[in-house]
Amino acid sequence: MGNKTPLFETHKAMGARLVDFAGWDMPIHYGSQIEEHHTVRRDAGMFDVSHMTVVDLVGEQARPFLRHLLANNVDKLQDEGKALYSCMLNEQGGVIDDLIVYFMHESWFRLVVNSGTRDKDIDWINAQAGPFAIDVIEQPELAMIAVQGPNARDKVLSVLDESVRQSVADLKLFFGVEHGDWFIARTGYTGEDGFEIMLPGTEAVAFWNALKDAGVEPCGLGCRDTLRLEAGMNLYGADMDESVSPLVSGLGWTVALDPAERGFIGQAALTKERAAGVKQKFVGLILEDKGVLRNHQKVIVDDAVQGEITSGSFSPTLGRSIALARVPAGTGSACHVEVRGKQLAARVVKPPFVRNGKVQIDLD
Amino acid sequence: MGELPGDLKYSKSHEWVRVNDDGTVTVGITDHAQEQLGDMVYVEVPEQGRELEAEEACAVVESVKAASDVYTPLAGTVVEANEALTDSPEMVNQDAYGTGWLMKLKPASSDALDDLMDPGAYQEFIDAE
Repeated sequence: MGNKTPLFETHKAMGARLVDFAGWDMPIHYGSQIEEHHTVRRDAGMFDVSHMTVVDLVGEQARPFLRHLLANNVDKLQDEGKALYSCMLNEQGGVIDDLIVYFMHESWFRLVVNSGTRDKDIDWINAQAGPFAIDVIEQPELAMIAVQGPNARDKVLSVLDESVRQSVADLKLFFGVEHGDWFIARTGYTGEDGFEIMLPGTEAVAFWNALKDAGVEPCGLGCRDTLRLEAGMNLYGADMDESVSPLVSGLGWTVALDPAERGFIGQAALTKERAAGVKQKFVGLILEDKGVLRNHQKVIVDDAVQGEITSGSFSPTLGRSIALARVPAGTGSACHVEVRGKQLAARVVKPPFVRNGKVQIDLD
Repeated sequence: MGELPGDLKYSKSHEWVRVNDDGTVTVGITDHAQEQLGDMVYVEVPEQGRELEAEEACAVVESVKAASDVYTPLAGTVVEANEALTDSPEMVNQDAYGTGWLMKLKPASSDALDDLMDPGAYQEFIDAE
């Protein structure tokens, strides 16, 4: 038996199919993964993401510490509530994890890291924190519910306490606001508008049920994966890990190599990699033939195997199979993918495939 | 999940077999199997005329989640494949014992049917899984 979120019994009662997810019993779907996917693109769906790890960094040196720890630059965070996406790298420039950091106030930053990497993340953060006057505080009592879709904001606002409704309605993209023990952020992992809401686990069931009554459909982690893939968002452990740098994982935009003197962990390795010329690029693929692209399938460029699919699946919005792949930097607009011994034709595109319900690429 | 059809035989790898009047057999995957796999998005059926050994991987059903091989419960020759699944793989979810059939075989030997499970035995098998 795995770990259980405060919503475990609620999921069972709502007919969820539960699977092991990084040691947690989590809903994969409540009937149809594809229907849930469409619900998020067209209306509003909610995900229990309480398995994710919330870590607060508290202390006067929280900002200098994060300047050192993260590949993105926390000095971009000047307004309270603002969020930043970043990789946390090792000295070789490999990705230990990707995370969101929220600027709560000058001596309090909140990280949300992946559950599958929880132990090594905490160990790493603690090991690096030594010289800095900060406390690393996990928040296992917090539940997290993501509500996503074009109608997500209106539906969430309708069930929020009146005292906080206006400040949540006023949130700009990638900002959050505190409300007692709650933290409500306009962030997500689907390519749709919506919120990620951290709240005490003891209040999670009541809030989930209120959302359900407001017309938000429960969605499993199955469609969360196809939604993020369509949105061109990376999945840790599939699209990047400690053996690759963010520069070959489509995450160069999250790496702040300037100013050079910041000296974040991995900066020297990435500076060198960039100076030598980045050898691979991270692209989107659309399968032209029938079939389904899957993780680890070989990508054939110029008649030789030269790349690999890092995440592949079926895109419910496009009705086609799509993938993210790491290929040679010189790869053109077409390639083949080896699927069960056959070479299937695929087109190379720039992600995202879908944003805010709209297909972003030419399908013909 | 509904009742298991009484006129079918079942394999441990979750295929079903129906014996047709003309001596051919129809093969598909069980409702239990499709439910485990989730929404189908692609089905690859074997070519007509292909000779299959018993328990040979002969078709692939792909759900959003994963690709799974389908093993023929009987040796024989493929006399027809359900090409309609190419455009409508969801029929496997909607009607696993009907329109979601995968292929028809001319079995090499009818004795092989005896090795398969009847509905009661298959129900016990999946309950024990």
